[in-house]
Amino acid sequence: MRLLTCKEATRLASQGLDRKLGFGERLSLRVHLAVCGGCAAVARDMAFLRKAIAKLGENT
Amino acid sequence: MDDFRSGVEQQRPYLLRYASVQLRDRDAAEDAVQETLLAALANPAAFGGRSNLRTWLTGILKHKIVDHLRRAGRESPLAGEEDTDDFDALFDARGHWRDAPVAWADPDASLEQRQFFAALEDCLARLPAKTARTFLMREHLGCGTDEICKELGVTPTHCWVLLYRARMALRECLQTHWFGR
Repeated sequence: MRLLTCKEATRLASQGLDRKLGFGERLSLRVHLAVCGGCAAVARDMAFLRKAIAKLGENT
Repeated sequence: MDDFRSGVEQQRPYLLRYASVQLRDRDAAEDAVQETLLAALANPAAFGGRSNLRTWLTGILKHKIVDHLRRAGRESPLAGEEDTDDFDALFDARGHWRDAPVAWADPDASLEQRQFFAALEDCLARLPAKTARTFLMREHLGCGTDEICKELGVTPTHCWVLLYRARMALRECLQTHWFGR
């Protein structure tokens, strides 16, 4: 397992919304998000954007 | 048939809003919706009552929007946007946050506020055209990476970079103009 930088972790969190991450990628990301509050917040917010866009059509 | 026709017509305002989000152009959205309604009315048997009418029409509209994007891409290809840095300023030389982002307090509550969506649209409008188009094809139309790559003529890796840039830029923008006010 590779230790990720925050920049790599945010990229991987984004890609996780668009493709199936490999086992090693998932593990590295999970470990990083467990110890990095900033990246965990960004990963949550990226997922929130998906919800917001889904509702945008009703509120545009 | 008249019931079907009036049911289809009743969906026009919703479909227009849906198309406007992606196309950002009233005339183009009107065209896409008109083509959708004509296609639906030309073949009502295809609906057959097997799903929600709005869902069925939205499915047709998605194809019309993608057709429009394909035509628009041929007529005026979008700039490459290759020179955008990937938010380097947010990270130090080792790739860690200079200032760690703070978690948004109860973001779901924002989904009940119309002003939030105005802020979101402002932030979408600030994105570079190709980045915005890629992001909305993914998140609004629900296209897969393969389809986006094919329609926009980009590699999967480039597509993921564009989506990353869009999400990071939108997060920064919403932090400034909504959550961090």
